[in-house]
Formats: sequence, structure tokens, C-alpha cells
Amino acid sequence: MLEVRGLSIRFGGVQALEDVSLAVAARSITALIGPNGAGKSTLFGAVSGFLSPDAGTVRFLGSDITGLPPHRICRAGIARTFQIVQPFAAQTVRENIAVGAHLSRASRRAALAHAERIAEQLGLAAQLDKVAANLTVAGRKRLELARALATGPKLLLLDEVLAGLNPQEIAEVLPVVRGIRDSGVTVFMIEHVMQAVMNLADAVFVLNDGRLIAEGPPAQIAGDARVIEAYLGHGAAERLRRAAPATSVAAPGGAHA
Amino acid sequence: MRELAAIGVFALAAAMLPAFVSSGFVLHLAIMVLYSTLLGQAWNLLAGFGGQYSFGHALFFGTGAYASAALQVHLGLNAWLALPVAIACGAAAGALVGALSFRYGLRGSYFALVTLAFAEVFRILANSVQFTGGGVGLLLPLKESAADLQFSKAGFLHLILALTLAGFLVTWWLKHSRFGAWLAAVRDSEESAAALGVDVVRVKFAAIVLSAALMSAGGFFYVQYFHYIDPHIAYGPAVSVEALLGPIVGGLGTLFGPLLGAAALQLLGELTRNLAGDVPGVSLVVYGAVLIGMVMFLPRGVAGLVSRRGA
Repeated sequence: MLEVRGLSIRFGGVQALEDVSLAVAARSITALIGPNGAGKSTLFGAVSGFLSPDAGTVRFLGSDITGLPPHRICRAGIARTFQIVQPFAAQTVRENIAVGAHLSRASRRAALAHAERIAEQLGLAAQLDKVAANLTVAGRKRLELARALATGPKLLLLDEVLAGLNPQEIAEVLPVVRGIRDSGVTVFMIEHVMQAVMNLADAVFVLNDGRLIAEGPPAQIAGDARVIEAYLGHGAAERLRRAAPATSVAAPGGAHA
Repeated sequence: MRELAAIGVFALAAAMLPAFVSSGFVLHLAIMVLYSTLLGQAWNLLAGFGGQYSFGHALFFGTGAYASAALQVHLGLNAWLALPVAIACGAAAGALVGALSFRYGLRGSYFALVTLAFAEVFRILANSVQFTGGGVGLLLPLKESAADLQFSKAGFLHLILALTLAGFLVTWWLKHSRFGAWLAAVRDSEESAAALGVDVVRVKFAAIVLSAALMSAGGFFYVQYFHYIDPHIAYGPAVSVEALLGPIVGGLGTLFGPLLGAAALQLLGELTRNLAGDVPGVSLVVYGAVLIGMVMFLPRGVAGLVSRRGA
């Protein structure tokens, strides 16, 4: 569905992305993980038109969308959320979601009605008339998701929708994301919460220092030596392997705690 | 719907004013309130709903005023026919500023400065070209007949009421349309709006053209009512300030804010004139003080007082 080929982006002296190629399958939940500064959000920026790549192409449903402005990409069927949520703070939840709904609905009434349906789907119905500025962090994250979903996307890019949520809130959002996929929308998500990635994703891509270092199903990624090193530092995988038998021996005595 | 009813009641009451009041002073005051409301509506459309704070709305006012005055004086065009031409010229000026500043992403104070600069450039141009009468300005010939758009006070009241009513309806439409929703989205976060499929540049462009068209209608009315225009009146900062002061005092981004603000400021202006006499500039001092007071104590304007009680 989404195909990224040879994508490179440079900010001054920093190579944010270098020759990244990946593909997101239709009707999947695909996760993009990696340490801070790996270039995950940059990749989303390039796919959604907020950044133009120095090299490489982005193809969506077979057509080249590289370098198109954000609103054209949204109209093509890719909606995104931002890591730092940007609600239309002075407007109500209903009005916020209606902006997304207006993409395919000229009538104000139809857009507001659709906003209500989306809010019910995402558990925001009770807060429809609340001003966005008065929402909790979890509420704002949901609103960000609702607005994007209201545009009727074929592909949804979620940039850390779970960040800043407590475990209970995360547990509430997981089925929502799965529900979105089950309704026919492909989900491509950046996520730090590993429990969510393991739980949701069909496929995982791992970025480190602007390069793709691993890809595969979540279980395989979790044991990948390069991935472990990317997160925990050079030699970490080796140390973990050596430490594993030692700790299991030491555990009964408990002296090494 | 309640808003439309309120607009209707207000328009009816204003239209019937001459039937009950014969005082020329009161009618003139009513005309000035409506005229000031129109300028405020124009500015409010772009700034209150679109978040683009222009400091040079005189550009559109002056272009509308000069377009009609020059056509009437030099070519003898009928005043009624000059109205659409004036609006078209004002809208074109809006398109020019919009294309230049929004295309290159000017925001906030940069946009305000560019609009101010445009108005000043046009003031200097109007001062030096023959077509506009230079510094002397243009004086409309007296032809007292409705066919030439020269009326009694009651006639002018109805004319400006019709223009203000158009401003009200445009504002109401804005609050209940997709375009208005997009404009408010752009005001609150351009990035989010773009991510939701809103063509930010185009929405801002349409807003400034619409705003400029309304503002130029105000310039047209000024010329017809006072029969005179010169570069300082047309393109000077006083008109730009009048356009922005009303909505800020009345309530930014609200339907009735420009009217409330215009009424408050016109009454205050009259009061100052009575108390302080014709000391030049004293009304500006009072306006400045009011603006500071409003920003400090009533940031949501007079309309904010009303809606706060409602909420």
C-alpha cells in the first residue's frame, strides 16, 4: 500500500534518514520503532508531505506522492497525527473533528454529524461539547486520532499516540487502534511502548541513526541483536546473552540482587 | 437561526430609525456606527476568524474609495455602477497582498508589517499621481438625487445598513460553512489544518480577498457620504486602526463584536468631543487607553461578557 524507496533527508550536517526503504501492507498494523533521534518522525514527515526528501520516492496505492504538499497527500488518503498534539484549542471537540470530516463533506451539518459518529467510535462522545484546551492529555491524544480518522483515510500514520498515557489509558486505546484496522484502515505507527507494539503490530521496522536496521514480525524483532544494541548500546546483546545463565543460577540464592 | 433572527430584528430597527428620529445628529451618529461596523466586520473576518492580523486595512479601504471617486470624477461614471468596480478593485488589492504574503508564508507580526507597508506605499503613490488628485484629493460633484447615490441622511442610513447587513450575512455564513471551519482551523494551527487536508494558502487567500472586498465597500461609502477623499484619509493608519479597534473592543471572531465595538467607540468619541472640545488627537489618546484597558481586563471583548454569562 505504502512503499518508501531509498529515502534520504539531511538537515544541515545531520543525516536524518539515509537510504530507507520499507513497505506497509494493506490492512496491517505496522510499527516503526527506534531510539530517540532515529529519524522516525522525519520519515512520517516525508510520507505526509511536511518534509521533502533529498532523495528517494514515496509511492501510495501505486502513485508517486513524493514532495506533494500535506493537504494533497491527505486528500489522497493518508492522515497523520502529531507527536506533540496540536488541537484547535479554542474550538470544541465536535468542531475539531468536523474539520477532518469536512474533507469529503461540504455540508456543515453532515460534517458535524460525522464528527459525532467518530467521537462515539473513539470514546469521546461525552466530551463532544468540551473545548479542546480543557481536555486531559489522554483526551487530546484521542482527539488527534479522531480528527485524522474523520478525514476517511486509507492509511493512518500515528506518531506516538500512546506516549504520556498511563497503563490503564494505554489498555483502553489498544482495542481502539485494532478496531480502526478492522474497519479497513491500514495503520502505520511510531511507538515507544513495547507492550503495544508486541500486542498490535503485524510487522515492525526498526530505525537507528537514520538507517533501517531490522524488519520482521514483532517476536523476531524483540530478539534481534542489532535492535537490542541500538537501544542498550554496543555489546549489550552479547552481555545479555552471557548474563542470562548467570542470573538464573543466582536467582534462588538471591544474593546477587 | 437565532443569530439570523437577531440580525433581522437589528436591521429592521435600524431601517425604521428615520421614521421616529428626525435629528440629523442622531442619524449621522447611527450612520457612523454602521459604517464603523462594516470596517470592523471586514477586519474581523480576516483576523478574528482567520488569525491574520492586518495593520493596513486602509489599503483596501483607500483602493475602494479612490476607484469609485476617480471613475466618478474623471469619467463621470454613475455612482451605483462605481460600487461593484470599487469592490472589485479592493478585492484585487487583497488578492495582491494575499498572493505575495501568504505564498511566502508570512505570519504574525511580519504579515502585519507587510500590510502596513503596502498601505503606506499606496498613500505615497496617491499623493504623487495626477489620477488621484495628488495631495489635494478628489471632490465629488454634488448631484442631489438617488439616481446618483446622493441622498438625505435617511437614504445614506439605508445604504450603509444594506452594506453592513451584507457584512453580517457573510460573517454568519462563515460561522456555518466549511470555509469558515477551515479558516478557524488555519487560525488555530496551520500544521494541523494542513494535515487534515486543508489548503492553508488558498483558504487564507480567499479570506483576505473577501475581507478586502468588504473593506472597499466601506471606502466606497465614505466617499459617497463625505464627497471627498485624500491620500491621508484613504490610506492613512487611522482607518486601519478604526477597523481593528471595533472588533477587539467588541469581541474578536464573533458575529456581533464589530457592531458592539463600533457603537461603544463612536459613543465614546462623541463624549470625548463634547468634554474635551476639538483638541486634535484627543480621541486617539482615548482610543489607545480603551484598547489597553480592553486587552488587560476584557480580552474577549464586550461580546465575551455576554457569552460568559451564557456559558
